[in-house]
Amino acid sequence: MLFWQTLYQLRLFSRRPAALFFVIIMPLIMFVVFTVLFGNELIPGTEVTTAQFYAPALAVFGAVQACYTYLAVSTATARDQGVLKRIRGTPLAPITYILARILAVTAIAIAAVLVVMVVGILFFGVAVFPEKLPMAAISLFTGCFSFAALGMLVCALSRSSETTQAVVSATLLPLAFISDVFIRPFREIPQWVTTLSDIFPLKHFSTSFSHAFRADKAGSGFNWIIGDEIYAALPNLAVMAAWGIAAAAIAAYTFKWDPKGEI
Amino acid sequence: MHPITVDNLSKSYGGQMAVNAVSLSVDAGETFALLGPNGAGKTTIIEILEGYRKRDSGTVSILGFDPQTAERAFRERIGIVLQSTALEPDLTVRETIDVYARFYPRPLARDDLLSLVGLADNAQKRVSALSGGQQRRLEIALGLVGDPDLIFLDEPTTGLDPDARRNIWNLILELNQFGKTILLSSHYMDEVEALAHRIAVLVDGQIVAEGTSHSLREIHGGYTEIRFHVGNDDLPGSFPAPLRQITFIERGWAVLEARNPTPVLADLTKWAFSQQFDLAHLSVTQPSLEEIYLTLTRGRRSERDGRGAK
Repeated sequence: MLFWQTLYQLRLFSRRPAALFFVIIMPLIMFVVFTVLFGNELIPGTEVTTAQFYAPALAVFGAVQACYTYLAVSTATARDQGVLKRIRGTPLAPITYILARILAVTAIAIAAVLVVMVVGILFFGVAVFPEKLPMAAISLFTGCFSFAALGMLVCALSRSSETTQAVVSATLLPLAFISDVFIRPFREIPQWVTTLSDIFPLKHFSTSFSHAFRADKAGSGFNWIIGDEIYAALPNLAVMAAWGIAAAAIAAYTFKWDPKGEI
Repeated sequence: MHPITVDNLSKSYGGQMAVNAVSLSVDAGETFALLGPNGAGKTTIIEILEGYRKRDSGTVSILGFDPQTAERAFRERIGIVLQSTALEPDLTVRETIDVYARFYPRPLARDDLLSLVGLADNAQKRVSALSGGQQRRLEIALGLVGDPDLIFLDEPTTGLDPDARRNIWNLILELNQFGKTILLSSHYMDEVEALAHRIAVLVDGQIVAEGTSHSLREIHGGYTEIRFHVGNDDLPGSFPAPLRQITFIERGWAVLEARNPTPVLADLTKWAFSQQFDLAHLSVTQPSLEEIYLTLTRGRRSERDGRGAK
């Protein structure tokens, strides 16, 4: 049942050209444009090329677009249309329906990540380090879980798809600018910006995933010690997991199945 | 055992009684209609019976289940058609049926179901390309796909054109012939008269009348209306006093209501003949069910409004 519901959600996604564009195509376009605009050379003061920085960063952005934006907006839209209420009236277990939605956006996130990474590897010389790939995958799944939980939380707290759309955009876009997703490092940034971005999960997602594609970070990522030369993803995973668990708990408690305006 | 038994059901929202001590029972194979104006509590009752809402008090038994606590086994045996359309516009008709068919242990065959609701020729169409009546029939198909014993239809024809309405009526009649028990809500008198075995008239959360359309006529419409045109607002001075007591004037018409019209007509025509009075446009009619319904609902409302004004 979970399998069929997941396939059904993926089919719905494939029928929505706007969603396909924003989740799969837009991160790819941003990757290509940024790499071409900035020039694919070493970023000053670092040991990574522009493409090596942007490929994993925008892959993460695609994953978040799928798990956070698309999940929240599509669920809120289905609720507005009364589809959630109808599902609630069938023998399908509600948890199966929600899990299927989350599995579907995780599959979509993997597709979005693969598209950007494969184009980066094939055309822009992005390097891959096999010993770090397991942690890259774990980071991706943890990030997907965390942002899917946050997406469901936004959907639970907003009562319409319009509000949901506004809230996800207003939260994701500013964060993406300060979380090493849209802007490559170009100068020392103020401490308060760093502190702010450290609180939210997006920077932890981009860091734990991106560092798996950095030659200057040693190790396979299974490390708690944070240092400039070490790939230590576990602290990032812990922050993402904490956000995800808290969001999932509140969402499960507050989620409504009825359209707005009904008692 | 009755598929639906409701005893003393009440529900209020913020101090306002939406459902007030409603009791009813529906027999197996029966089509039972909740008739009432908007806001009378029809949807609240149906959604309590479907398990969507919790009741404040009273007992409810649906196919032996309490809908408030029953889950899967209960939902496998009921079919729900909600008041508002709730379909994914990007799927085809066939895909929509297939998605819902998987939820049930013994679903109806898709092609049989599509021809039953008259959508066999539209199976490949996107839901967004269907007309309002076709979408409604697809909704009904989703309510039937699990082959339920009991079907809830909440205002199935509201907002449809007469032709589409008639199609849905025929479909509901056909379902009843298969032995399905149907609970229907509507604010159309002609609809419940055509479809339902029994009718409960609901006003302000209370059942004000219940029975077959025939018994409703007998009890609440057991009078005959005699009317003629008088032109001005006064009856002639010679108009017999006993008749005057049961006559009222309404926009130039004299209207008499009588349980037994024969002596009244005799007195009236005798007077008119002797006085050479012209009973212009004389008519003798039985109230329609529509009028009975309006009297029942308006009577309650003016009574309530009157209380409120004091």
